[in-house]
Amino acid sequence: MSATCDFTLAELMIVAASEAWRGNGEVIASGLGVIPRLGASLAKLSHSPELLMTDSEAFLVEEPLPLGPRGEHVARYSGYLSFERVFECVWGGRRHAMIGPTQIDRWGQTNLSCVGDYHKPKAAMLGVRGLPGNSINHINSFFVPNHNTRVFVSGEVDMVSGVGFKADRWPEGARRDLMDIRQVITDLCTLDFEGPQRAVQVRTLHPGVSFDEVQDKTGFPLLKSAQLRETALPTAEQLALIRRLDPHGLRATAIKGNPPGIRPA
Amino acid sequence: MNKQLTAADAVAQLRDGMTIGFGGWGPRRKPMAIVREILRSPVKDLTVVAYGGPEVGMLCAAGKVRKLVFGFVTLDAIPLEPYYRKAREAGEMELMELDEGMFQWGLRAAGMRLPFLPTRCGLATDVTRLNPTLKTVRSPYDDGEVLLAMPALNLDVAFLHVNDADRLGNCLVTGPDPYFDHLFARAAQQCFVSCERLHERLSLTAEQARANTFERYLVTGVVHAPLGAHPTSCPSDYGWDLDHLKRYVASAQEENGWQQYVEACVAGGEQAYQAQNGGAARMGALPLPVF
Repeated sequence: MSATCDFTLAELMIVAASEAWRGNGEVIASGLGVIPRLGASLAKLSHSPELLMTDSEAFLVEEPLPLGPRGEHVARYSGYLSFERVFECVWGGRRHAMIGPTQIDRWGQTNLSCVGDYHKPKAAMLGVRGLPGNSINHINSFFVPNHNTRVFVSGEVDMVSGVGFKADRWPEGARRDLMDIRQVITDLCTLDFEGPQRAVQVRTLHPGVSFDEVQDKTGFPLLKSAQLRETALPTAEQLALIRRLDPHGLRATAIKGNPPGIRPA
Repeated sequence: MNKQLTAADAVAQLRDGMTIGFGGWGPRRKPMAIVREILRSPVKDLTVVAYGGPEVGMLCAAGKVRKLVFGFVTLDAIPLEPYYRKAREAGEMELMELDEGMFQWGLRAAGMRLPFLPTRCGLATDVTRLNPTLKTVRSPYDDGEVLLAMPALNLDVAFLHVNDADRLGNCLVTGPDPYFDHLFARAAQQCFVSCERLHERLSLTAEQARANTFERYLVTGVVHAPLGAHPTSCPSDYGWDLDHLKRYVASAQEENGWQQYVEACVAGGEQAYQAQNGGAARMGALPLPVF
């Protein structure tokens, strides 16, 4: 690759996010936020057409909808998926969601409720939303636009909103086999929970990022995947699909400063 | 039979300490004309049960919420609700923070007159640790699985906003998603519905009638409140008012911001409210959000 870079970090992350849905079969792909949604849409348009997606409101679509105002384009639907039916999908397990939690800990537990003491928090966030139910019922992946130790906390997350692999959190007799955590896509790397006892490991490093930098910006020890490699660069075909899916360029606002996909040396 | 009444009549049914639910979802199809009526009333110490939007923030700002039963509070386009955050960070409200799915499960249990319904949602999280009233139950069958027993969320009163209703209490929700209004209606002792259009008696095609999502026997009273969801959206009629929501959010950063918001947007009643927001023509033409 020459000194110029013809893709942004956001586009690199969209392609990385799309990989999370590869080989999932016929499940609802829910990407919440610009990059996760574009990742899910790219997955459906490229390697995994069997995925089910919605218009982010109440209808199923076979052609992923572009983000933002659609002008004269009238969406065509293949089915209906009200919020009530989303819960039926969640509880039935046929879904893989990617969301951006406020905090993530080494056990894969996530927090979307508040930062600080629960009863008098420093910062109230959205609330637990669907994390308890999503996390215990189906596959989840996470998106982190700004990898740092405030997100990847050293201890447990301040309010465990989504379940993880911490054994003593689970009541005896509860089913733990219905959940899984697949990938974490950050602005530095991708992580998974495929280490010993589901320990977190670095799976890929974005171009120009070192393992040490990722470790410095993470509040808990990281392992290196045996297959640790550089994050795959977007292909021209993938970039063309991304442009089609995001005609208004909302991805340029997803990562602070919209940096290039390959760090200037 | 004529169930029509005014928003003031409906709100007069409230007593201090009641448990009240609001239909809709975040900034979508909230019964805001009724919420403004509650803000003008002296009622207090409420337990508020909602998929929360600005109604929760406003009732918090007015100091009317003793306890909040919720999964989130958000304005969607503006993710964090400023007045909810203030109240939450002050640490003064009692909380029952629930998974979104558990929440509808509790409403369902109430509607079916059951003490609880089992679910896995909430296990192994702080939802159960922070709500010590939540208990688990073991499957009586061979699997012996331990599940959370989500208690019924019984409501004294539910408030909903719909597109069309008639004097008998028949209601239509014409937007793409009915949310969980039907479950709020079933979970409540009394249910008051505000509507964009009030009809003498609905007389519909089979296709139109499918937009009826709960039975009129659940409806205690009907309030004619055109634009009554504003500043939240009311699909398929109008979208949310992002300019208004931005002003509302900005008010939370200003000294006496809430008092100023009340004076400008609540104290004067619905006619003044419409004038304040550019008039009925503008409000009714607010574009639906594209997701």
